[in-house]
Amino acid sequence: MYHKTWQYRVFTVFNNIGMALIAVLCVIPLVHVLAVSLSAKSAADANLVTFWPIEFTLESYKKTMNNPLFLTSLWNSVLRTVVGTALTLLLAFLAAYPLSKENSAFRGRTIYAWVFVFTMIFNGGLVPFYVVIQNLGLMNTFWVLVLPGAVNVWLTILLLNFFRGVPKELEEAALIDGAGHLRTLFVIYLPISLPAIATLAVFSMVGHWNSWFDGLLYIHTPSKYPLATYLQTVIVQRDISSMSISPEDLQLMSQMTVTSAQIIIGALPILLVYPFLQKYFVKGLVLGSVKE
Amino acid sequence: MELEPALESKPATGQALPRKTARHYLRKTWIFHLMILPSLIFLIIFNYIPMAGIVMSFQDFKPWLGILGSDWIGLDNYRFLFERKDSLQVIWNTLLIAGLKIIFNLLVPFTFAIFLNEIRILVFKRIVQTFVYLPHFLSWVILGGILLDILSTDGGIVNRMLAALGLPQVFFLGNGNWFRVTVIVSDVWKEFGFGTIVFLAALANINPTLYEAAEVDGASRFKQTIYITIPAMIPIAIVVGTLSLGNILNAGFDQIFNLYNPLVYEKGDIIDTFVYRVGILSGEFGFGTAIGLFKSVVSMILICLSYYIAYRWANYRIF
Repeated sequence: MYHKTWQYRVFTVFNNIGMALIAVLCVIPLVHVLAVSLSAKSAADANLVTFWPIEFTLESYKKTMNNPLFLTSLWNSVLRTVVGTALTLLLAFLAAYPLSKENSAFRGRTIYAWVFVFTMIFNGGLVPFYVVIQNLGLMNTFWVLVLPGAVNVWLTILLLNFFRGVPKELEEAALIDGAGHLRTLFVIYLPISLPAIATLAVFSMVGHWNSWFDGLLYIHTPSKYPLATYLQTVIVQRDISSMSISPEDLQLMSQMTVTSAQIIIGALPILLVYPFLQKYFVKGLVLGSVKE
Repeated sequence: MELEPALESKPATGQALPRKTARHYLRKTWIFHLMILPSLIFLIIFNYIPMAGIVMSFQDFKPWLGILGSDWIGLDNYRFLFERKDSLQVIWNTLLIAGLKIIFNLLVPFTFAIFLNEIRILVFKRIVQTFVYLPHFLSWVILGGILLDILSTDGGIVNRMLAALGLPQVFFLGNGNWFRVTVIVSDVWKEFGFGTIVFLAALANINPTLYEAAEVDGASRFKQTIYITIPAMIPIAIVVGTLSLGNILNAGFDQIFNLYNPLVYEKGDIIDTFVYRVGILSGEFGFGTAIGLFKSVVSMILICLSYYIAYRWANYRIF
């Protein structure tokens, strides 16, 4: 038995230590930012903080929560996440059902499927997209954050693959009992596919919460920014020229502890749904899989 | 629906069966079309109309003149693409950064999965997995903010540690070569954990009797890894590697955009960031469209090719 050889025992010890170090390496930057956000301003400015807060205080979080621009962008993010996810789920749910049918039951399915898939492999690029958004009059509106990405082909395919696994007998029984397809979808398929839909919802929510470029590109009024765009502008670009704010606020926002607090709050929702994510994303990965 | 009157007017005899089927068919499936319709409208507006916008790449497009009013300049934009020094540099940067990312994002998860698989304490294994998957879900805005902070030369924690070890300060984000290294390392750091999932699945599928037989023959764990584990993982590694070919022009817009600055444009600028700066910020719409189209076409060819290969060799399918 190789488990009992001394070489393997030595290897196991080093392997476990190495794995632990790598695991820590993956979260340590976040821990550092958390420590800074909970430290006193003077300690943070003097670069004394490492991985544990110095002179623990919640001051930076209070300051962040009193910043009206931060709060409006937080609200915008919540709104886009809820509205955007609801719309994406509805569209995917409706489209996945007919697309999951056999070709014999729904002629034209293949054509539709290609219309969907083609958008995954080819796109017109950023500039034409920008011009289209301009001409649609969506510039600087809330809807520009929700409508362009409303159809998520990847999630639709995930749901489609799930629908394929639903026993045919259920659908046949419903149809024989006189239910139409729409009714079958909502009465039979909806309850069965709730776990799958929850998975899609989590994926879609994370996508919306993290998405920042659309806000930067199409929205010019900082009070309409989603949180990710706000963070991008204030923390990453450090460009606050577009925001009309007082010098005191400016000084406040650029404090290291406050910046860190904003990063932590921005990451918090993802950290909260992370246990659910971890449970489900493996299912998402089997989207394209080696089939018999 | 248009078909019906025409069919109706024909004599019933002989034609009865197809007519009945067509009507019957429509009555059964109109609801399917209706269910797809909302998604289809969105796809047409936000995906297919922009595709039509690629005609702008043959124009000296001016937003106030529109597509109909702008001057047609033939292939000039494409000629610029291969003549302008900055665009050639950008294409090279993209290929280099994306290529290295593809290689390391294949090798590191592959190796990590093998070592992770040797952990026998399940709780510990699960904790390690939880930690290494996490960065994948954080956006580059958050990670960009964190990296700018910890890599700063003005008291960033990484440079503080280097100083403690007696090493010189490093301008991670201010020096072109270091910028490339930082971009690749931080991308691998963010994604390697997530990349191991698929390899762990392959490891779980290895038939245990293979190991038992090797055990009987007296093979050490190292030999078992070389002759059983690694060969079993090679096919899935080939699939993953092939499918990532489509990303050879995707060097990671979100990451670069959140980390770069004018100091490193020469070595760190990639196609996507270049399109944004030239096409949107400087208003060279036609040129921006041309670069974007170049990228889309090359990517599409590679995606189709790689899926074809993965399908033929490994029977990989999306649906």
